Amino acid sequence: MNSVIFTAAARLLVALMFVFSLFMLLRGHHLPGGGFIGGLIGAVSFIVYSLACGPAEARKALRVSPEVIAMLGLGIALLAGMFAFFMGDPLFTGQWYWVGGDSYETAAFSINTVLVFDIGVYLVVLGGILSLAYAFEEET
Amino acid sequence: MADNSDPNAPWKTLSGLGTSGLTALLFLYFLQFLAPVAAGEPVRFVWDWIPSLDVSLSFYIDGLSLMFALLITGIGAMVMLYAAKYLAGHHHYDRFALYLFSFMLSMLGLVLADNLIALFVFWELTTFTSYLLIGFLHLDPKSRRNALQALLLTATGGLAMLAGFILIGITQGTFELSELNAAGSLADQPFYLLILILVLAGAFTKSAQVPFHFWLPNAMAAPTPVSAYLHSATMVKAGVYLLARMHPSLSGSDVWVWTLSIFGAVTAVFASFMALRQTDLKQTLAYTTLMALGTLTMFLAGSTGYAITAAMTFLLVHSLYKAGLFLMIGVVDHGTGTRDANVLGGLKASMPITAAAAAAAGLAMAGIPPFLGFIAKEVAYAGALEMHLWLFVVPMSLIAFALMFAVAGIVAYKPFYGPQGQLPREPHEGPWPMLLGPVVLGVLGLLFGLLPGISAYYLIEPAVAAVMGEPDTGGRVKLWAGFNLPLLLSLITFGLGFLLYQRHLALRERLAQIEARAADLDAGWDRLLDHFVTYTKAQTRLIQTGVLRQYMFATFAVFAATVLVTLIARDVGGIALQFAGLSFMEWGVALLIVAGTVLVVLTSSRIVGLVALGVVGIGVALIFIMFSAPDVAITQLLVELLVVVLLAMAFLKMPNLDPSGSQSHSFPNAVLAVTVGVLTTIVVLLVVDQPFDRRLTDFFEAASWTEAFGRNIVNVILVDFRTLDTFGEIAVVAVAALGAFALLKGFARARDTKGGEK
Repeated sequence: MNSVIFTAAARLLVALMFVFSLFMLLRGHHLPGGGFIGGLIGAVSFIVYSLACGPAEARKALRVSPEVIAMLGLGIALLAGMFAFFMGDPLFTGQWYWVGGDSYETAAFSINTVLVFDIGVYLVVLGGILSLAYAFEEET
Repeated sequence: MADNSDPNAPWKTLSGLGTSGLTALLFLYFLQFLAPVAAGEPVRFVWDWIPSLDVSLSFYIDGLSLMFALLITGIGAMVMLYAAKYLAGHHHYDRFALYLFSFMLSMLGLVLADNLIALFVFWELTTFTSYLLIGFLHLDPKSRRNALQALLLTATGGLAMLAGFILIGITQGTFELSELNAAGSLADQPFYLLILILVLAGAFTKSAQVPFHFWLPNAMAAPTPVSAYLHSATMVKAGVYLLARMHPSLSGSDVWVWTLSIFGAVTAVFASFMALRQTDLKQTLAYTTLMALGTLTMFLAGSTGYAITAAMTFLLVHSLYKAGLFLMIGVVDHGTGTRDANVLGGLKASMPITAAAAAAAGLAMAGIPPFLGFIAKEVAYAGALEMHLWLFVVPMSLIAFALMFAVAGIVAYKPFYGPQGQLPREPHEGPWPMLLGPVVLGVLGLLFGLLPGISAYYLIEPAVAAVMGEPDTGGRVKLWAGFNLPLLLSLITFGLGFLLYQRHLALRERLAQIEARAADLDAGWDRLLDHFVTYTKAQTRLIQTGVLRQYMFATFAVFAATVLVTLIARDVGGIALQFAGLSFMEWGVALLIVAGTVLVVLTSSRIVGLVALGVVGIGVALIFIMFSAPDVAITQLLVELLVVVLLAMAFLKMPNLDPSGSQSHSFPNAVLAVTVGVLTTIVVLLVVDQPFDRRLTDFFEAASWTEAFGRNIVNVILVDFRTLDTFGEIAVVAVAALGAFALLKGFARARDTKGGEK
């Protein structure tokens, strides 16, 4: 698409949307958002970029090929689920560790496998949709 | 040879020697069980595997499984050592070592497994690993074809066997062989006949009983060490092992006696004639293996002490001499460049050690005293005389053993002491790793015969006890049992065998003539496969037309039909439509959705249709928002957006729709679309009509904060309560994306190559 306005706006929009997608991912546990939604927004941001600057440019901006991102996400999600298994719980049981306290109320923050799993979801959705979209676009 | 060019050659040799050493260690490990098992104390190991399905990894070491385990590991170690020399320098030798070792482990699992399902898994593992081994020389199409034949035939039998096992598990309530066998015969249970047929289908295909025999000689396409291993103590004996293992549960009926006697005897006699007919010594041995399998099956038909002792003794002696002879043929082939019975002769001077080993194995095979083979034959005749069908079994055994005597002469005597022929190569003795196996096995055959008490106490009697379900104290394994009928039959065997050996050339010609006229099952197999391929192609053309529209039509038609049938069958009654109380907003959204739908149907532009579909989707998202489900609404909106973008990219490259109404298929499509729409509406209304069950909602509302520390219930369900489901979904997303990606890229590449040709 050869539109100067769109191309110029896209650069700004993409960065904003991508950061927004991360924001949605991280806040998902308590407020609307999460890995699925975050991944979709992230995918949209890169699709906008590829519409503005072409799929080759967008692939370069992504650095890693989207298929790899999707597979990586699947692997991260699996590992997050397997972690419970190694800790002696049934597979995919969320594991929580409190930093600076011993419960949700007292802890400063928590480290948990649930968020790791959601990051995996995010990457799968992002990578899956982008690999499709780029393949479509490059289909000339 | 290739040793110099391959920098990994030392590692490859090491991989072979390492596996051989490991197998030898396993052999030593199993030796320690000899004393307790002989004293009547079987050992059992159990690990839970799938407790919910009553499947466990349980292993049971009794006389039968221990004898097999020792044969598998002992012969295995020697064969692996032999292969390290035989295939030295082969560029895929490491692969071969892996296959052979995996096969050994699968086989070991098979004979030790106490759980029927575990046994089945190991059974099929031997099928797959033997497929790799038989097809090892994969550049040869014949080798591939024969490997596939063995795979298809034995795997089909294995599946039938699985069905039989499951029937046993359902009717008897246990998959553990030790429990089943302790409970006694199933002969008066319901489904006994069906179970028997299914299990026998597995055993007979694996052990190559006529008419499933043809895969075994074809499997000789494999390198010699494979044949030596698969066709002496392992692969083909698996069927016999199963028959022996399940003897206490499955025998005890006339069907068992008749089926095994007839199949076994026919296989034994047919195979021994075929063995005489062959000129390739490896093929000859293949058919004698078939003979041995038939004989074993025949004796397992019986339940008397002598019959079972005969089966176990013959099993032991056959494993020893057959492995030795196969390895010997490999050494001869290696040393002279040929395996042709007509050419080989006079090798005793150039290959003295091989000749001695061959003589030991050959004498055991012919059943000459004081080799164990003699005892096996004596016991076999005694067993045959005790069987119900002795009138049939005794003459059949006599013919088979006499022919075996003649074949032993052809294989083990003639190449070394017969007249010298034109050899392709100056004969030379084999290297020691290749001689070790034949020599050790030959010596064992002699030692076991000279010390019948020891071999009986440690090996044969415990195995017999395992098969019979009770200790056998008959003291039947003796070198000298006195002047009796079996001895007389033995003498007749020797006389008849000697005559047959004298006249074997003429007989071979006669057999070749008969064979030329007989039906060829092997060619029949190829025809069967051809017909099957034709059939599957026709079926694929019928069902998978490749036209997306037809797939969609079929899918929705099936959906409509099943829903319609359910609705009519359940007689759901009337539905009350209530429009009162709908707000202005709700009416508006509904109108938006309907307008979008109408536009989709009427437009002739793909882009307009797409946008109209987007309107429908956004209408649905609005409804989600009105009922305060922000997560679902956001997802819906984003997905709608993406669908529009992706489809727009695709549509840019597609032609415009035909003007509506001109297509011949639009009428049935319209009918189907309206039907599906109406049915879906009815189903939704019916669902909404049901009182809402709040149990799940209440649970998630209560637990999402206290148990999963999250306030967004939708997200907590996705990533905590139902993580496995989510994982399944993202796996589908990833695989679907990869699949579509491959499809698109594949199309692009196919078109590029086409464009290049123009």
